[in-house]
Amino acid sequence: MPSNPITTEERTLPVTESKEHITSPSLKGNASELRDLEAGLDNLQSDTGRKHGIEWKRVLLPIAALVILILAWQFYVSLGLKRRDQVPGPLDVLNQLVLLWSEGKVQESVWTSLQRGVIGFLISVVIATPVGLILAQVAPLRRAFGPLISGLQVLPSVAWVPAAIIWFGLTDATVYFVVFMGAIPSIINGLISGVDQIPPQYRSVGTVLGANRLQMALQIVLPAALPGYIGGLKQGWAFSWRSLMAAEIIAVGGTIGFGLGSLLDQGRVLSDMAIVMAAILLILAVGILIELLVFGPIEKRLLQRRGLLAGSSR
Amino acid sequence: MPVVLENLGKRFGDGAPVLDDVNATIAQGEFVALLGASGCGKSTLLNIMAGLEKPTSGALEVPSDGAAFMFQDASLFPWLTARGNIELALQLADKTSTKASRRERATELLELVHLGGAGDKRPHELSGGMRQRVALARSLAQDRQLLLMDEPFAALDAITRDLLHDELERIWKETGRTIVFVTHNVREAVRLGQRVLLLSSRPGRVVAEWNVTEEHRTDAGRAGELTGVITRRLREEIRRHAK
Repeated sequence: MPSNPITTEERTLPVTESKEHITSPSLKGNASELRDLEAGLDNLQSDTGRKHGIEWKRVLLPIAALVILILAWQFYVSLGLKRRDQVPGPLDVLNQLVLLWSEGKVQESVWTSLQRGVIGFLISVVIATPVGLILAQVAPLRRAFGPLISGLQVLPSVAWVPAAIIWFGLTDATVYFVVFMGAIPSIINGLISGVDQIPPQYRSVGTVLGANRLQMALQIVLPAALPGYIGGLKQGWAFSWRSLMAAEIIAVGGTIGFGLGSLLDQGRVLSDMAIVMAAILLILAVGILIELLVFGPIEKRLLQRRGLLAGSSR
Repeated sequence: MPVVLENLGKRFGDGAPVLDDVNATIAQGEFVALLGASGCGKSTLLNIMAGLEKPTSGALEVPSDGAAFMFQDASLFPWLTARGNIELALQLADKTSTKASRRERATELLELVHLGGAGDKRPHELSGGMRQRVALARSLAQDRQLLLMDEPFAALDAITRDLLHDELERIWKETGRTIVFVTHNVREAVRLGQRVLLLSSRPGRVVAEWNVTEEHRTDAGRAGELTGVITRRLREEIRRHAK
């Protein structure tokens, strides 16, 4: 044990204070004064919580942009430059949507596609996450498979549709296969690049704290890579949604149900532009809603908790 | 158990040696300040003692359970609260500990560094000084006899640093840890260390050592005198590299 209790005793005696520590580096003052000084500094230097409320600008600006776009669309249509059946106006599309709704086609197609998209995406996450973590942590594996994974991400997943139809026929398996081929590589890549961006110091801290390989991966690397990982998930969702639409447009019939892609294809077959536009808008709307309701809040919360949101234009 | 460094050397690749023939013995419970100019291999020496790097020559004897380490920047995990950071260290140090016991111990450690009320804050909500105190609590959570500190207060303002010096001294006395404290600040070395080791630059080697006695701690004149002596020796060491 260290043995100089003299200073501690003396520091608590105010009488000797003036004589001691005149120019020596140690602080003057008794224990409670120092405690107050410390508490004062803590309060001055740390963040006080900011107030949160509904930010109306965040809601109103996108709505205003949407209204302006629809007005511009209506304006273009009323100029009468194109035939109405080729370029339907917003009201025609709205009427078509109402009609499709009353026939139950909107509900059916959105439900079918959304269900497939979500299930396909979730299975992709379950497959891609461990694979991505292993590739990011084990250098030889990464060198071996890294280029292939990047290549797969660049390859349009529609290219798998013919193969899938030959292998699985016109079944749900075809659709899911195409979704996997789209989503899995991009989730893996997102996770790997998230891991690459981890400050090296975090691993040193992990080593010093005594983490083994598994603990390092699950308790340090994965949470540290979370922002990149969420980015990868977002992209993975976008890829699954796109691949799904492509698959549904191309593979029609068999036991494949009626999805948004099928609705779009039906519009093409019937040469009904209003159906085509309605289907496109529905596909877009689902994409926007998933971003707004799922990824947006998760990402915002994540960045906020890590103090990474200040100064961004989100 | 003491720490013994014997003819320790380190070079990276084919480069000039960073450390050469370092000899030192650090007794249990001792507070040693390791002083040297920037780039003299102080951090490398500390990393070797922590087991983060391997020496290329010589022998080294450290406690078998390894060492706790405190980095220059707090290096807290931003996805965890202050308490969460400490609890993670407790969990990694003792896999068999229960959640409740970790929680209790983390509360004690937060109290020890006077941050009882800030446990639920996240690192970015804390000041630099508070972050370093959480980092100190985290390194104490490792419960190792040897605590290695790599210029932990270098980036802090003067008042905060003085406060943390007091706090570290108090905690050292309360916990009886062996501390090796790396710094390039002579006043800091004299303020904290019982012994000051001066490391030369390129290659790093222990070239001088001073004992800081009780007299130096209470008599400002003596402390200033010693600071002056060490500063002159350090400058001499740096000037050697002018040519």
